[in-house]
Amino acid sequence: MTSNERRAQRSLTRRTLGWGVAFLAALALLWIGIVVLLDPDAITGMIVWLYELVGLRGQAFAIAERGIQEGFIRLVTVVFAILVGVGGVWFLFITGNALIEASPSRARRHLRPWLFILPAAAFLGVYLVFPLVETIRLSVTEDGGFGDNYSFVLTDPAMQIAMRNNALWLVIGTTGSVVIGLLFAALVDRVKREAFAKTFVFLPLAISAVGAAVIWRFVYTWRPPGAGQIGMLNAVWTAAGGEPVAFLQAVPWNNLFLILIMIWIQTGFAMVVLSAALKGVPTELVEAGRIDGATEIQLFFRVVLPTIRGALITVATTIFIAILKVFDIVFVMTGGRFETEVIANRMFNEMFRFRNFGRASALAVVLLIAVIPIMIVNIRNLRRQGIGT
Amino acid sequence: MSKRWLIATIAALSLVVAACANPEEGGGDGDTTTTVEAPEEETTTTGGGDTTTTADGEDAVGETPYEHLNAALNGDFAGTSVTVNAQWIDAEEENILSVLTPFEEATGIDITYEGLTDYETVLTVRVEGGDAPDIAQIAQPGKMQQFAAEGQLVAIGDWINMDQIRTDYIESFVDLGSYEGDLYGLFFKGDLKSIVWYPVQAFEAAGYEVPATWDDLVAVSDQILADTGTNPWCISIEHGDASGWVATDWMEDILLRTAPPEIYDQWVTHEIPFNDPEVLEAADYMSQIWFGDDYVYGGSTAINATFVGDTQTPMFSESGPECWFHKQAAWIPGFWPEGTEAGVDSSFFYFPPIEEEFGNPVLGGGDQWMMFDDRPEVRALIEYLATPEGAKPWIERGGFVSPNSSVPLDWYATYPNDELAAILTEADTFRFDASDAMPTEVGGGSFWQAMIDWVAADGEGTEDLFQTVEDSWPAG
Repeated sequence: MTSNERRAQRSLTRRTLGWGVAFLAALALLWIGIVVLLDPDAITGMIVWLYELVGLRGQAFAIAERGIQEGFIRLVTVVFAILVGVGGVWFLFITGNALIEASPSRARRHLRPWLFILPAAAFLGVYLVFPLVETIRLSVTEDGGFGDNYSFVLTDPAMQIAMRNNALWLVIGTTGSVVIGLLFAALVDRVKREAFAKTFVFLPLAISAVGAAVIWRFVYTWRPPGAGQIGMLNAVWTAAGGEPVAFLQAVPWNNLFLILIMIWIQTGFAMVVLSAALKGVPTELVEAGRIDGATEIQLFFRVVLPTIRGALITVATTIFIAILKVFDIVFVMTGGRFETEVIANRMFNEMFRFRNFGRASALAVVLLIAVIPIMIVNIRNLRRQGIGT
Repeated sequence: MSKRWLIATIAALSLVVAACANPEEGGGDGDTTTTVEAPEEETTTTGGGDTTTTADGEDAVGETPYEHLNAALNGDFAGTSVTVNAQWIDAEEENILSVLTPFEEATGIDITYEGLTDYETVLTVRVEGGDAPDIAQIAQPGKMQQFAAEGQLVAIGDWINMDQIRTDYIESFVDLGSYEGDLYGLFFKGDLKSIVWYPVQAFEAAGYEVPATWDDLVAVSDQILADTGTNPWCISIEHGDASGWVATDWMEDILLRTAPPEIYDQWVTHEIPFNDPEVLEAADYMSQIWFGDDYVYGGSTAINATFVGDTQTPMFSESGPECWFHKQAAWIPGFWPEGTEAGVDSSFFYFPPIEEEFGNPVLGGGDQWMMFDDRPEVRALIEYLATPEGAKPWIERGGFVSPNSSVPLDWYATYPNDELAAILTEADTFRFDASDAMPTEVGGGSFWQAMIDWVAADGEGTEDLFQTVEDSWPAG
């Protein structure tokens, strides 16, 4: 080893050490910043300190005595949060990056990806993995423990109705949305003012499920015979000479009326994605089929559908997952009364009304398990399409 | 490059501003936040044209039986602040503020009041999240017990003048506010449920008489049906995620009239099964009216479909009452159609007794205050709310019956509270809403659900439905 090399080695070590210290300092500063932000009194104290620093002793004293205005505290909090949040993270990244630059080139290659992944991984850990583990833990420890919670989920008569309803929702809701969406996408593909026609189907998607449920409450509203019908369906129905129908109380059809709302919302999504997929079908393929003498129906089912298979699966699984979690529509429309209960609504009630954390967590775990096969299908589908490895 | 930096900075800034802007407004839509600033000028009177408010504030400045309240009135806690949450919003919010403002003026303690919709859910989330207010109102004693059991509450009985509390409140209020022998809940507002509203003018014009017994009530219902062809009763129970409570009120009111109060208490605490024969007997009485032929406007479908606040609307039909009786507490006039007035368009009578030996029982409800943080200024506010003066502004505004026995009855100037107070003082038994005191999964869950299913089945399968409630009672 020449002296030159030795000197370079030493300077590298020194640099690494220096940046390491800077990195730790950045971490510590960020930590302190967060602690300060969590304590409103600390902000007041900081303002006082700042005033004293610039020589406004009287002002500082007045604040310490009487407190300061809420608005001003907030403003300072905001500025401080920006400094700590934006500045701290930036500083942390710069030092971390420099630390890696200073490390030997072989280690550099392995380390650098981690620097970029780490923040995301930390967020996922805190907001996804930890709650997941905690939910599973609660489901086997709270209330009556594992046996009680899961036997409630699987055997309670009310839960069996909820399970049945969820199955109904998934089958009818998903098929309904995808089939109608596909039908509309295929038909509208040949219409002149396509975008205009699509807007109407797509609009409900822009409405929140709660908003949609409120709208549909008015559609389904029932008033006693003889009273003025303010519900749209019953107004039409009684005008045609019928007796008013209490749609939301009509077991078991009321489930269907609720599912209809979900289809109304989700069809637009299915249509937009499938319409785009349809446009991606190569014209040569269709032409070739036509030349070979295929009818339009045969073309659609034998040529077009297999081509857009990937998009179909994506749409179906996405809607499936959305429907599996259905809560807001049921909560607003019936609250699970009249045998319209679904798992997510029951979970909400157990958690926030009856405070049975164990049961609620067990329900969450069941929903999670139910979604796993769908995720697998989805990931396989993405891989087939060459997205992800 | 510099432009990109600018945009990034602005984006970050707006995000942080949005996050920090107003933490109190994060609770969901419909929440209203009001900060009551203690006015600088001592002579200002508070809103509502109530010129006596300042005087009240000064009245309160004497010696009260409460230690912290005296200190607060002495100005010892001026400049401190207390947060209060309750379910009272809109008009009710003005009422509670009329109570809190004199306290602020007299003590210099700053109170931040927040009225919440979806109250119990939001409060639970806040308490869970370590974001509890200093003081919160609760209507369900069972919920208070839950918070107490979880160790979230400050025991009021540990420091308050309990002798005074026992003088001012009847035993059942103290008992209901207690958990394992210690007082955690302070009752503030009482509700009477045992009253029936009727269209007083049409009723008297037709020559009917206010029924004094259950048999009279059934007889006059039959009479109305025969005379007018209209349905005698208005009943409905739809109330979003609280649907069903109207039906449980009926059950309880009837049970108090057909069984000794001890049975009622044992039913609440589950010392007897939920579906005890006495309870099933009460259900039979109830179905006489609920499922009697043509008794209820719109039939069972209407009972389940109509919002609780709209129940009585047909009574005010222009062509004459389309229903004649509506059993509901005294707050219901607030939901009547525009242009109607309590005591003119509709008055109430006492829900008549059934079996003579049980006298005139009264079913009620009540709101109590819970305390989440133990500071002297919070103690002082709790003590203020325990005094008659701590209820007087609201009593004078109306719509308020205090459970405090020391409140002079002549404070109740407005209809119908004078008559309510009369019913209350003539009661032989007073009991709280049983479903409120049962475990939430029963009293706010399976009991309501069973009542909804019972109505949906038109009164069929009573025994099976009551059995499901019994089965749902949590073990232990």
